Amino acid sequence: MSQQRNILIVDDEQDVLELYQARLSKLDCAPRVMTADSGKRALALLASESFNLLITDLNMPGMDGFQLLTIVRAKYPNTRTVVISGVVDDQYRARAYGMGIDLFLEKPGSSDEMQTFADCVEGVLARESAGGFRGVQSMSLVDLIQSECMAGASCVLKITNGPMAGRIWLQDGDVIDAEAQGLKAEEGFRKILEWRGGSFEKLPQDPGRERAIFNSYQGLLLDSAQTLDMAEAGDLGLDGEGDTVEGAQSLGALGPISRCGGVELALTVDAGDPTKIRSWAVENEKDMGAWAHEQMSRFADLGSKLNLGQLKQAVGVGLKRHVALLPGKEGTLCVGIQRSFSQSEVRETLKEISVKWAS
Amino acid sequence: MGFLSLFSKKKPEKLEKLPSGSFRVSAAGQISASTLPGAFPEETMKEIGEVFVQAFRTAQEQGLPLKELNLDFAGAKIAGREARGGAVVFLTPRKF
Repeated sequence: MSQQRNILIVDDEQDVLELYQARLSKLDCAPRVMTADSGKRALALLASESFNLLITDLNMPGMDGFQLLTIVRAKYPNTRTVVISGVVDDQYRARAYGMGIDLFLEKPGSSDEMQTFADCVEGVLARESAGGFRGVQSMSLVDLIQSECMAGASCVLKITNGPMAGRIWLQDGDVIDAEAQGLKAEEGFRKILEWRGGSFEKLPQDPGRERAIFNSYQGLLLDSAQTLDMAEAGDLGLDGEGDTVEGAQSLGALGPISRCGGVELALTVDAGDPTKIRSWAVENEKDMGAWAHEQMSRFADLGSKLNLGQLKQAVGVGLKRHVALLPGKEGTLCVGIQRSFSQSEVRETLKEISVKWAS
Repeated sequence: MGFLSLFSKKKPEKLEKLPSGSFRVSAAGQISASTLPGAFPEETMKEIGEVFVQAFRTAQEQGLPLKELNLDFAGAKIAGREARGGAVVFLTPRKF
């Protein structure tokens, strides 16, 4: 079963975000589209779950698109990146492509352009599902090594995967050495092949390099493929239901809640110890946790003073997003729901969340 | 003594029933208009109003500006609308 794709759109204009979100949600691959109105919020979301594609504007107050892309390229190298900009400037375009983005698009201004934009995004997602390494083109690392060896190449392949970098030395079509994360020779080679994405660069030959690998490249690739298969089987065992949300297990109740439609952030505060906070896509969980706890206590105190019985929920209609506080046996749950949701949609979402929170 | 103390026991405070109506509270906590019965204590209105004013202010500080807040209790609904730093509060007791 194919997994649902996650797209994150970043723009400081809320109306534009809602427009893109509505259009991209209708793509054939039915992706989950989330939005962020600032680079800071985008990073909070990226830290909470994995995204297949990030679409960002360049001109934004605070952290601009380039700053965001620098962090994303370094921390999340497997996330595809698309820039949409109202400023069509060759320098901007060149700089963005230089950072390794997948696509630079002008902000759509008509329905035809919006359709083109949607088609382009779908194209990038299709490329993403094929996986691979990005250098001059997108291809798998195994294919890359195979083609270089078959061509009898003598060069150094520099493979980068976020903060990690490795090198593979080729001489006359043979793999003679490899190095990655302190591992050398065959161990280094296997380590590099464990990386599922990233980028590569072909560097000139290093004639002084001594041979440390004596296995043939076919043998090396076969061994590595076997190791990868075993690792993949292990991953499947851990994934359980096949969640696409990273760290869903460690999020506890927040895992299923984060997947309810329209939920933009979620946080729980422990009833016994308000400093115990769990959060998903929250920028400053400590402050927000303290706020949620304090508000909940004040509302509950008011209810008991006026003999109104138990507080069932507190729902705020927001300018940026709606916010709800729900009491529970374990503590307080605070959720942010996307602004475009109507009151009845918010009610429905909260019903769903209440059931998950209670269970 | 035990017999006497039975009569000197304080009567429990009469429970105030929440009326239906609305009032406006300023950012400074002053009540400027109300449709609630005159018997409903102004102090109680101020206490309710203060909860809403504070909630709107602190939500704004958290980057979650709110224009409306609905508190859903088992016995009543209290809704507040943000009004220039203050709030307009609506009390709606539930009918059982």
